[in-house]
Amino acid sequence: MTEMAGRDMVIEALKREGVDLIFGFPGGAIIDVYDALEKDGTIKHVLVRHEQGAAHAADGYARATGRIGVCLVTSGPGATNTVTGIATASMDSVPILVFTGQVPTGLIGNDAFQEVDIVGITRPCTKHNYLVKDVKDLPRVLKEAFYIARSGRPGPVLVDLPKDVQNSMGDFEYPEKIRLRSYNPVIRPNAKQIERAFELIERARRPIIYAGGGIIISGAHEELRALAEALDSPVTMTLMGLGGFPGTHELSLGMLGMHGTYAANMAMANSDLIIAAGARFDDRVTGKIEDFVPKAKIIHLDIDPTSIQKNVRVDIPIVGDCRMALKALLDMVRDSGRPAEAWAEQHQEWLQQIETWKARHPLRYKEEPGVIKPQYVIERLYEMTKGRAIITTEVGQNQMWTAQFYKFDEPRTFLTSGGLGTMGYGFPAAIGAQMAFPDKLVIDVAGDGSIQMNIQEMATAMEQHLPIKIVILNNQFLGMVRQWQELFYNRRYVATKFEMTPDFVKLAEAYGARGFRATRPEEVNEVLKKGLETEGLVVMEFAIAPEEGVFPMVPAGKATTEMLLV
Amino acid sequence: MKHTLSVLVENTPGALSRITGLFSGRGFNIESLCVAATLDPTLSHLTLVTNGDRPIIEQIIKQLRRLIDVYKVVDVSEGEFVEREMALIKVRAEDETRAEVLRTCDIFRCKIVDVSPKTYTVEVTGPESKLNAVIELLCPLGIKEISRTGTIAMAREKKTALGRS
Ligand SMILES: Cc1ncc(C[n+]2csc(CCOP(=O)(O)OP(=O)(O)O)c2C)c(N)n1
Repeated sequence: MTEMAGRDMVIEALKREGVDLIFGFPGGAIIDVYDALEKDGTIKHVLVRHEQGAAHAADGYARATGRIGVCLVTSGPGATNTVTGIATASMDSVPILVFTGQVPTGLIGNDAFQEVDIVGITRPCTKHNYLVKDVKDLPRVLKEAFYIARSGRPGPVLVDLPKDVQNSMGDFEYPEKIRLRSYNPVIRPNAKQIERAFELIERARRPIIYAGGGIIISGAHEELRALAEALDSPVTMTLMGLGGFPGTHELSLGMLGMHGTYAANMAMANSDLIIAAGARFDDRVTGKIEDFVPKAKIIHLDIDPTSIQKNVRVDIPIVGDCRMALKALLDMVRDSGRPAEAWAEQHQEWLQQIETWKARHPLRYKEEPGVIKPQYVIERLYEMTKGRAIITTEVGQNQMWTAQFYKFDEPRTFLTSGGLGTMGYGFPAAIGAQMAFPDKLVIDVAGDGSIQMNIQEMATAMEQHLPIKIVILNNQFLGMVRQWQELFYNRRYVATKFEMTPDFVKLAEAYGARGFRATRPEEVNEVLKKGLETEGLVVMEFAIAPEEGVFPMVPAGKATTEMLLV
Repeated sequence: MKHTLSVLVENTPGALSRITGLFSGRGFNIESLCVAATLDPTLSHLTLVTNGDRPIIEQIIKQLRRLIDVYKVVDVSEGEFVEREMALIKVRAEDETRAEVLRTCDIFRCKIVDVSPKTYTVEVTGPESKLNAVIELLCPLGIKEISRTGTIAMAREKKTALGRS
């Protein structure tokens, strides 16, 4: 047991948990932890330009690596600035740990300078949070914070550190193991339920695997692929599930839901068995709930019991780790001794039907002479990067076109804010991903609206010499909202047209980065090529067709088969 | 349908607010809520009356269990259970109504716990329905103030020698 100050305990815990990189922004209430960080000298700190950026960068780091992302900020405004980042991580089950400074315990509740009840504010958007009032509790809280953030269904945890606690001395005994009597996530799926699931699978003629972010979080992509191939069953993915199954696989139907493919939505609607794996039947996926999958039985694998039976009635709930559950199902399939041909034959008609749907309405767009179509930019980006990049996105049309036209074959290569839909997520998330993988190509696909929400992080990227490529699809609109106004509000474009947009090329140059612009279709290839080849931070701006829409589209509240098509 | 949930939570600051926040944030109802210490000083006991159909109650229970601080949740209204609530009722008791108040108290086995020239304060204990009945009867006489505890509840033990089913 060693005696040390609270501020040093924080650093010591980070090291023991294998954290070698954190994102943050200092202030008076956290200055002591910063001082301890510097004295220790083994943990790299990335100084952002806005605390929201720190939270998203930690999130991007966590999504790209599967490890925990950590950020460090001061009390009051520093803490509140992280809230959007915390809520973003919470909705998408991303393990991040946020340390906030707090006024000294004696002043808490007095409206002291830069005091805010951040634990109260973030209670509904963290998995758990702590206000540490006594340095005696700190080692245990630190251990719990890491454990809770990473285990079960992962999520953000916040630890609020009053200044006097940072500076009090205490015994530091870091618990090796931890057991919380009130927190025991079910990891191992119930064997009986797996058997019952298999019985349904055996009988199904029109099965479909509906895969969500849980596949990626649990690292189940190989098991998923093996199961799909063993059964000869088609797979569709949620936005969060993209990359969990190879987008180029012949059994892949791409994304489902509001902007999903025609084939995916038709297959769901006509299936007789849905195997939902690590997905939560979100309203963007189900559309009008009363008309959702009327004919299907549902097997639902999820680590979070609250996700099951929440939005739809499920026949076989299986609580547990997605990877273990898929593995158990796969073992049953293999042990059944049923030959591959038998499965193939059982699903042959179904797969043929799906081929017809695929052929009838593939993802497509109308080419127009002289105008750049955003889908074309993404297609070219995909081809030029050979699908090997880590892609982050902002939110809106740019996000949906990327999800549709970039084929993700590997997990953790598509980082996007799904649940919260946070504009301004993509660029700082790219910073987190690029910090984790300095040698990989990291690209943020952005809209001209979203990119301006955290554009200040260009300075961070420059400071860290990060060679991130930003693709701005500039339609001079808040495009996705404009699309809704066009379709459902009689083209009343209220507050969605930007009358003023900065010159993004010059802006890039002002930060010391490089900028390229394409205004005609012939220039797209060249700008992409130049942009991707240029070292360092690059902005590529594409002046795209201003009123291009994202299709297919299921209007909000409609059944998923009522798609508006190109 | 009304459900009475018995919840054991870690006795930590913020635990209660996590629970009430869960209810308000997700649009669930709380009809009454009672919090008290247990024999184990590290745990608090909460009795919570809520309503909703099956799926909603199931979701409420699962959401409660998901909270890191929640140790145990039991829907006591699933089986046989005893429930009690207490109320203090200050009722006007003047010449013409004094006897009437006493009579009502007698019938419902209430206690008079405070007396003033113009009021009685009545203590009544029982299931919520009994409290409501007393209040209804005393109402015309002129109730000046009511304070209720909210329901507490406990599952009944099996009465047969056969043990648990
Ligand atoms: C922080 C935040 N504010 C508002 C919205 C609502 N919203 C969703 S998409 C969108 C338009 C985004 O515009 P842009 O970034 O230019 O992308 P585009 O849709 O044009 O590709 C808006 C405003 C949001 N998702 N996030």
